[in-house]
Amino acid sequence: MTQELKEHHDANAGQKDLLVVNNLKKHFRLDRKTVLKAVDGISFSIKEGETLGLVGESGCGKSTVGRTLTRIYEPTDGELEFDGLKIKGRLDRKTKKRINRDVQMIFQDPYSSLNPRMTVSEIISEGLVIHNPDMSPKEREKRVHELLQLVGLNKNHAGRYPHEFSGGQRQRIGIARALAVEPKFIVADEPIAALDVSIQAQIVNLLKELQEDRGLTYLFIAHDLSMVKYISDRIAVMYLGKIVELAGSDELYEKPLHPYTQALLSAIPLPDPEKERTREQIVLTGDVPSPTDIPSGCRFRTRCPFAMDSCAVIDPEFREVEPGHSVACHLYDAEIMEKEGKELKTV
Amino acid sequence: MTTIQPNDGDSKNLRSTDRPAEPSADLFVPQPLDSTVREELAAPAPTFWKEAMERLFKNKGALVSLILLIILGAMALIGPSMNEFTYREQHIPHSNLPPKVAGLEWLGFDGKDVNGVDQYAQRGVETNYWFGTDEFGRDLWTRVWKGTQISLFIALVAAFLDLVIGVIYGGISAYYGGRIDNVMQRIIEILTGIPNLIVIILFILILEPGIRSIILAMIITGWVGMARVVRGQMLQLKGQEFVLASRTLGASDSRLMRKHLLPNVMGPIIVTVMFTIPTAIFFEAFLSFIGLGLQAPLASLGVLIEDGYDAIRSFPYKLLIPAVVISLVMICFNLLADGLRDALDPKMRK
Repeated sequence: MTQELKEHHDANAGQKDLLVVNNLKKHFRLDRKTVLKAVDGISFSIKEGETLGLVGESGCGKSTVGRTLTRIYEPTDGELEFDGLKIKGRLDRKTKKRINRDVQMIFQDPYSSLNPRMTVSEIISEGLVIHNPDMSPKEREKRVHELLQLVGLNKNHAGRYPHEFSGGQRQRIGIARALAVEPKFIVADEPIAALDVSIQAQIVNLLKELQEDRGLTYLFIAHDLSMVKYISDRIAVMYLGKIVELAGSDELYEKPLHPYTQALLSAIPLPDPEKERTREQIVLTGDVPSPTDIPSGCRFRTRCPFAMDSCAVIDPEFREVEPGHSVACHLYDAEIMEKEGKELKTV
Repeated sequence: MTTIQPNDGDSKNLRSTDRPAEPSADLFVPQPLDSTVREELAAPAPTFWKEAMERLFKNKGALVSLILLIILGAMALIGPSMNEFTYREQHIPHSNLPPKVAGLEWLGFDGKDVNGVDQYAQRGVETNYWFGTDEFGRDLWTRVWKGTQISLFIALVAAFLDLVIGVIYGGISAYYGGRIDNVMQRIIEILTGIPNLIVIILFILILEPGIRSIILAMIITGWVGMARVVRGQMLQLKGQEFVLASRTLGASDSRLMRKHLLPNVMGPIIVTVMFTIPTAIFFEAFLSFIGLGLQAPLASLGVLIEDGYDAIRSFPYKLLIPAVVISLVMICFNLLADGLRDALDPKMRK
């Protein structure tokens, strides 16, 4: 992270929380007996103008978090507070309308996120049609042209169909659609995962520019760790429906505490071939347990190289072990370590 | 292409004065590429439907079928009023006359029966019956086109039921999902479990046999195929990200249906309708043939075929003409449906 961004992050520290998530759960009932616990009690907050990165391997519930925040899914339990408004359960029309405006989403697959039967102009103006029905078609067209220019497209693209565009261009159209209603908070659900590496940088830079210009707040979901570090102020690491570690992005990369985070970070290849050769990689054994059958105690214990007896019994608490750095692991809990008769890991 | 001979004075002159000996790189100056100009110059993108229609018209079988269907439809409308006879008017002295058309004698429309006797001359009949007459002396031309009218009417009703009941039922079942879907699908399974013939016979017990019973039977089971197609397609679309995006923007259920779901299932809907139509026509003809369909003096193609079938050895024209017409209608609808499926299938898109 550059010095400038670091300052940006520090400057945000005093600002108010835009989104507060408390013990959010989203369970899917598969049949009478099995319940899939996609998100199983996570808490975090995002400050205004901040980017929170959310990483984790496939199937750990990252996208479910994003979709619950945009109210595509109704949470099973927990509290969601957006801009001082509680958003859970049935909302009155006004709140619903506000949330539908203020919270937008950018999707992973640029090929299925645009309706193939609509022109670009129709796609982008959909939010305007829903939220500003009084807008004249002429104004709407003008706004669509502005948005196209804003995301680096051309106004001549307005009359075209999505299939005429490349992946990167389609993603730009998706961003323009989200921006049309002037949201405050955008959930970016792996917006770069389906793109070429060269295009990825363009899209991430576009998102950063838009954030600076418009003071947007992002939840950036990804599995590409280096990209997440580049865009995020803070990063949360998810494993099997829970956040295991949350810290400022530099802090997390320099001093990962949770064994899972350590393993994830050790998997990043280094650009220097000399260093790459000597890179120590922590290889986790086994597979992720099924979210329908979560292990007792700490859910990472089945693959954790440091697993102890207590880990099978007690679910580690998600605690702040250092200012701005929280982790859910017994290795940093003095009480448990004493009971185990092992030395407390120092932070 | 002409080759230039070395001794050709003209070309020698040219080579030495105007042209350099060898083409070199500096002869070519790259034209600066302005992407904005390129965008402006590009032709407007063809819409999905325009492209599909283009593909359909390239398919000769489908095009010929479409034209034939238009002709048959027009004949069904104007055919019965092209001569002075009505479909129910009996004229016993003119019974069982073979077809005769002035000028088409070489095609078999010569008024001669199976024994080669010109019935018109023998009985002194002045007027020509183009498709002949039946045993009551009713004009077959009028009756055939009247029958085609009824077949096409059945086709229209089947299409309408498919579009209204089938699409709405399938759409609701898929869109709301969960328990509603479960109940609606079980109802469909029960409906398909009852054979069509039983349903129609039950209706005939209450009402008299005729077009009303046939339509009622189709209302009960005719749309099931469509409901299943629409449900399957919608289930697939419902989870697509563009639908989620629209929901995040706060689109209403009706907007989602109208703008996002229905336009994307329109292709399969049209194809299914086109395949239901011949099935419905055949269903009516079959019922009429076994005597459960339309009753005399009404004529449908099935009734006419059944009448002709009784007299196939002495008066083959009575069977042949309606059989040819119904075959044409069925083949045309099937070929057109095939063509439409190829034209609308997104997998065929470049």
